[in-house]
This record gives sequence, C-alpha cells and structure tokens, in this order.
Amino acid sequence: MPGRDAPGSGAGTAGRTAGPVLEARDAVKVFPGVTALDGVSFSLDQGEVHALVGENGAGKSTLIKVLTGVYRLDGGEVRYRGERAEFGSPLEAQRAGIATIYQEVNLVPQMSVARNLLLGREPRGRLGLIDFAAMRERATAVLREYGIDVDVRRPLGSLGLGVQQMVALARAIQADARVVIMDEPTSSLEPREVETLFAVIAGLKARGTAIVYVSHRLEELYRICDRVTVLRDGRAVHTGPLAGLDRLRLISLMLGRAVSEVRAEGLTKFAGHHDSAGEPVLRAEGLARRNLLRGVSLAVRPGEIVGLGGLLGSGRSETAKAIAGALPLDEGRVSVNGRAVPGGSVPAAIEAGVVLLPEDRKAEGIVPTLSVRDNIALAALPRLSRAGIVSEAEVDRVVAAFVDRLRIKAAGPHQPAGELSGGNQQKVLLARWLAMNPKVLLLDEPTRGIDVGAKAEVQALIDELAGDGLAVVLISSDLEELVEGSDRVVVLREGAVAGELHDDITEDGIMAVIAGGGHG
Amino acid sequence: MAEPARGRIAWFQEYGVYAAVGVLLLFNAAFTPHFLALDNFRTQLVQVAPIVIVALGMALVIGTEGIDLSVGSVMALSASVIALYLGYGAAPAILMAVLAGALVGAANGALVAFVGVQPIVATLALLVGVRGLANVLLPQLKEFVNPTLVAIGSDSVAGIPIVVLAAVALTAAVAFVVRRTTFGRQLVAVGGNRAASRLSGLPVRRILLTVYVISGALAAVAGVLATSRLQASDPTSLGLFMELSAITAVVVGGTPLSGGRVRVLGTVMGAVLMQLLQATLIKHNLPQSWTQMAQAVIILAAVYAARERR
Repeated sequence: MPGRDAPGSGAGTAGRTAGPVLEARDAVKVFPGVTALDGVSFSLDQGEVHALVGENGAGKSTLIKVLTGVYRLDGGEVRYRGERAEFGSPLEAQRAGIATIYQEVNLVPQMSVARNLLLGREPRGRLGLIDFAAMRERATAVLREYGIDVDVRRPLGSLGLGVQQMVALARAIQADARVVIMDEPTSSLEPREVETLFAVIAGLKARGTAIVYVSHRLEELYRICDRVTVLRDGRAVHTGPLAGLDRLRLISLMLGRAVSEVRAEGLTKFAGHHDSAGEPVLRAEGLARRNLLRGVSLAVRPGEIVGLGGLLGSGRSETAKAIAGALPLDEGRVSVNGRAVPGGSVPAAIEAGVVLLPEDRKAEGIVPTLSVRDNIALAALPRLSRAGIVSEAEVDRVVAAFVDRLRIKAAGPHQPAGELSGGNQQKVLLARWLAMNPKVLLLDEPTRGIDVGAKAEVQALIDELAGDGLAVVLISSDLEELVEGSDRVVVLREGAVAGELHDDITEDGIMAVIAGGGHG
Repeated sequence: MAEPARGRIAWFQEYGVYAAVGVLLLFNAAFTPHFLALDNFRTQLVQVAPIVIVALGMALVIGTEGIDLSVGSVMALSASVIALYLGYGAAPAILMAVLAGALVGAANGALVAFVGVQPIVATLALLVGVRGLANVLLPQLKEFVNPTLVAIGSDSVAGIPIVVLAAVALTAAVAFVVRRTTFGRQLVAVGGNRAASRLSGLPVRRILLTVYVISGALAAVAGVLATSRLQASDPTSLGLFMELSAITAVVVGGTPLSGGRVRVLGTVMGAVLMQLLQATLIKHNLPQSWTQMAQAVIILAAVYAARERR
C-alpha cells in the first residue's frame, strides 16, 4: 500500500489535487452531561481506506453519525466534496453518496435478497410495474461479483449474517456511493467472508471510493488501511499513515498511555498485593463460543484479584458473562471449589457463589422503577422470604447493613434507584451481590462512568473484599486500575488468552501483550 | 422543567384518579337526583365488579411490560364451559371454567415467555381463537336455572352483593401478592428491567408464565360472575371489548404501560371512575357518544401524566 501522506502530519490534507472528499472541521457535539466530540477534525481522501479507532466512548460512533446526518453539530462543520454539507437525515447523506454499513444490518429481513439489493431502484417494465425477472437476474449477477451465490428470491433474514452484510455492502456500492463507512464490518463474518470483503474493499478503492473503516482488530487495520485517525475522549489525538506506525504506539494512543511512562506512585485506591494461597476457587477451562470466545481458561484463588485485559471486543465481557452463566457456551466448563457449575444458567452460577456486576449498569443492572431497598434485595429475595412471603424486617436489616457499609447516598431506602448517581447505583448493585455471600465476584468495568470520589470508594471496597477472601475478576479499560488493582493480569486478544502477567505488572507490559509481543 | 410543575404532575399521577372519583361523587350528590340512593350505588358496583376483576389481572401483566388482549374471550369461554358442565353442579362447572381460563393464560404465557412472541401479538391470537372456541363449545345463548349460580349473581350478604364481595376479596388478594410476596416483587422487577432481572438470577420465564395464568384465571372468574348475573351463558357477546375497559382502568389508575410498577388500588379506582362517568352522563340524558368522548379525555390525561413522569 502506498503511503499517501507525509509521515507525522496532523489532520491537514492540503496540497492534494482533489482535496478531501469528506471532512469534519472542529466538530463539536454535546450531549447532556457529556461532550462526545470536542473539536474533532477528520478528513477522508478519494480512494483511501481510513481507519477510525478508539476505545468505548472515544466518540467514533458520534463522529460517524455526525458525518452521515444522524446528529446535528453543535459546533464546527462537515464538508462534502469541497462544500459545506448539512445533511438533515441519513437518507439525505445516502442520496448524496455516503453509504453506511452498520454492525447490525439495517435492511428488511422479510423481503427477498433481490428486493433488498435493488430497493428503490427496481427495474421497471411497462406500466411502471416492477419487472421481477429482470430484478432477479440483475441481483444474481451483482452478487456473483462478490462471490455470493444464493437464491435471490429467499428472504434476506433467512441467510447468514455474513451474507446479509455482503448484501448490505453490495447495495451501498450499487447506489454509486462515493464514501462508504463500515462500522465493525467483520465482527460477524467468517474468515472466508472476511477475505471476500477485503477483495471488495480493494475493488472499491481502485474505483476511487473512499472508505472509513472502524474496527478493533489490529491485524485487519494494518492489512487494508492507508491512514488512521485515533479518537480518545472526544478528540482526534492522532492522524497519519498506518504503515510505519508501531503497533504498540497505536495502542498507547488509543488507551492514552505513553509507552515508556512508568508511574512511581499510582492514583488508584488499591492497596496492592493480597495473600492468595491455596487451591483456586474458580476454574474456567476452554470457554468457547462461536465468534466470541476461542478457548479461554482462567483460575482464581480466594483473596486474589485477577485482572482481565485486552481491547474492546477481545472477549473480556464475554468471558465474565460465560462464567456467570449469562452466555451459553459451545464448549468449556466452569467449576467452583472443584464442583462443576452447569453452563448457561445464571441461577446455577449464583447458587454456586458466582456473581457478575455487569458492564452496562443501566441496561443490565439497575431496575430504575424500584426503590434502592428493592434493588438491593432483588437477588436475595428468596432467602429473605418465608413461604413466598417477604420478611420486611429481614430485608430492612440487610439493606440497612449494606447502605451503611458501602456508604450509599440516597434520600432514603425508598428512593427510586433510577434517581441515584452512577456511583451510588454501582454501590447498590454491589450490595445486591454481597447480600448473596458470593465466593467469586466478576466485576465488569466497575468504575466506568462514576465520579472520582465514588471511584476511589469502589476501588477500596474491591480491595477490602479480596482481603476478606473473595476471589475477584476485574475487567477494566482503565489500564492504571488494572495494573494497580490486580494481583495477576490475563490479557485476551480476539477471544483467546494472549498472555499473562504475574509479578511485574506494568501498563507497558499489558500493551505489549495486546500488541502481540512477548510475555506469551 | 420547573420543579413545581413537576411536583403537581407527580401528585396528579399519584392521586389524580382518587381526586377525580371524589369530584364526580360530589357533583352527583349535588346535581343528580336519587344518586345517593343505596340502590343506585349497588347497581354501579355490581356493574363494575367484573371489570375490576379483569383489570387486576391486566395490571399484573402490564406490570411486566406485557398486555393481555385475550381476557374478553376468556370470559366468553368461561360462559361456555359453565353451560357444558352445569349438569355436574355449580361448583364443578365454576372450577372447570376457571381452569379453562388458566389454561388460556398458560398458552399466552408460554408464547410470551418461551417462544418469545410479543405479548400484544400472542394475546391477540388468543383473543380471536378463544372467542371462536367458546362459540364452538356453545353455539348460541343458553339460559339456566341452577339455583347456586343464580344466587351468586343476584344475592347479597349483609346487604352487599356477592359479586361485589368477590371483587373486594380478589383485590385484597392481588394487593397482598404485589406488596408482600417474593413473586410480586420479582414481577415488577421483570417489568422494570428484564435483562437485570435475568442477570440477578430471577426465574423470568416462570414469572411471566404465572402472570398470564393469573390474568386468565381472573378473567374466567369475571366470566363466571357475569354469567351468573345474566342467568344465561352468552359466548357470542359476553366480554366483548372487555380488554379495552381493563386496559383503560389500569392506565387511568396510574400503572405505566412501560412496566415496573403495579398500582392495585389505583386500578380499582380507574375502573370505578370510568363507571361513574358513564353513569353520570347517562343520568343527565347525554347520549353514549358523549360518554365515549369523555372517557377518551380521561385516558389522554392519564397517559399524559404518565409520560411526564420519566
């Protein structure tokens, strides 16, 4: 791949003959409480494949939505083919030649492949009626070009996700798109389909189509992308050619950690090592799930905090969910204190003493309409009841104890949990699980999105719980938290264990394993 | 939003239905002749009792973020089953009718909880199918003279009609289930956040199944009471549009359609309010169309208040 830009350049693309085809200049997008884009500049040239990377919340999807007319800008501008563009809707952007292919295929699953492919551009016969024979023929021919051989009369929804994605792609390209934006296009594809996709991308590139490629799979980026823009916390922190950019450097840009940075003293509230002796309480062996996990094994001793590292999409959350019974497994087994836990059943995992603090607090944790009290008691209700009738005194006792111990700040136990701050909601969820007397605590991003004070409290609490002999698995995108909180860090990459760090845990070390370096 | 406005709307949602019932009662006491007569009250309560009973089940279903459109047809099925089994005596006939209702509920619940059909679609299918089944079992209206059944429909204990007593007892039972039992707590949690409930180890499917079984059984009980009052089984028209009356009572009573909350007394008051409104307009010689429009206004007001809450 030819380097298209001078190395080390910023966002500037001056000096090119045609100029950028699509561009964002100082784009600002503010949501209540969050600045999603904080003056981002991004430019896309004709015939280039431009990688857009960043961790969760970096602003990738917001930027895509701004470029395609889903969101309106609060500041800055979007320019398309040299002119200021104000797309009122995704449809307008599409008509102008910007096609977007989302992770979830947004076509009509009930309609035939052919109709989906040619929707709005059906060949017409006499009287303006759709000429179905011509439509089938054309659709079949188009899909053959992409190496897909299917009966185009079948409903799209009956086909595999990979094929559906290719149809979406073919449709976008048929619509004479000048710009194609692909959001994690390979996440649901088989390796063979990925190869087909890459061939299509090469073809598009040759035709001069510009492509924005969003993915977390570094191998893919280095294979097909010319340039990369790294977003972090709503800012574009780097733009430049991908060839020659060190992998470690790319990861450090995404995570916001200098490669050589070594901190003398941490900022987190973790006290440090715990005495973790004896047999592992939790053993997970060969956890496998199609497209998500490829044989993850993990063992945690009582009193030990094991960190799970890796980029977004590396299988961290999936590993936790699988252990907690919330993700059905194709293969693998989980045991607690040597006793096998039936897979795919949350109640069975809870019974065995394994509990999960989910990553998405709002969607999977808090029941907003219920009070703080009922939220805390939710999982433990059967234990706090006799003959199916709740013992209010028992509930009060447990709730009071945990509100006190975790210092949950609420107007009272009857305040709806939906009204609490993020940090207090997280404490409510921790209380819900501690009320179950667990043996293994799986924490998925326990401090994300909560304020500094609450963060320190939660970290100190995790430390204390491990000190009490709980086995803890800690997932965090915050490298500092991972380094200082964990006694051991297991790094995942693409659904498998890529390496493990024991005694000398550093951010550099973790990043090196993520990048595919040593420590194997 | 300004705090006072928000406070007022919250108050309206919490107590609006009680206030509206109070206002209507005062209005009638002042302007409607003979409204305060005991007989009139008795008639109103007897008429509203089946709606209340159906609405109780509906409130539970709506609390789980679902809906049960099949309740009216279940009433019809219960009327048919009574006619079929009345030869064995009143008690077996009633038992079979309630069992039939519970079975329909189990079918609803299985579709929703295990097959994953949307509640509105699953129960719509049974709304149509069960009405058909009721008509197949009993093709036309059939009168009966079973003394026990007739007594249930028309007798009183201590001056209160048995039908009304049944509604009061069932209200108390459902209120107890919602407030005091593990099942009641779990039910609103499932409606408030299903993913969280699942991850907290709640038996989500079993809870959903049970809720629809309860709704079916309660609708069947309402069918039994309505049939015994009619002194005839009428599978063709019994319970027509009952699902709409029940949903209205639930919504007007302040239970949000988005689930996560069940208001039992509010639901009863919602049914009473709609009944009183109808009675008031009829007594003032306003046509039925006026009642319908007035009811529409109340429904919109209730939905608006619920919307402002989030």
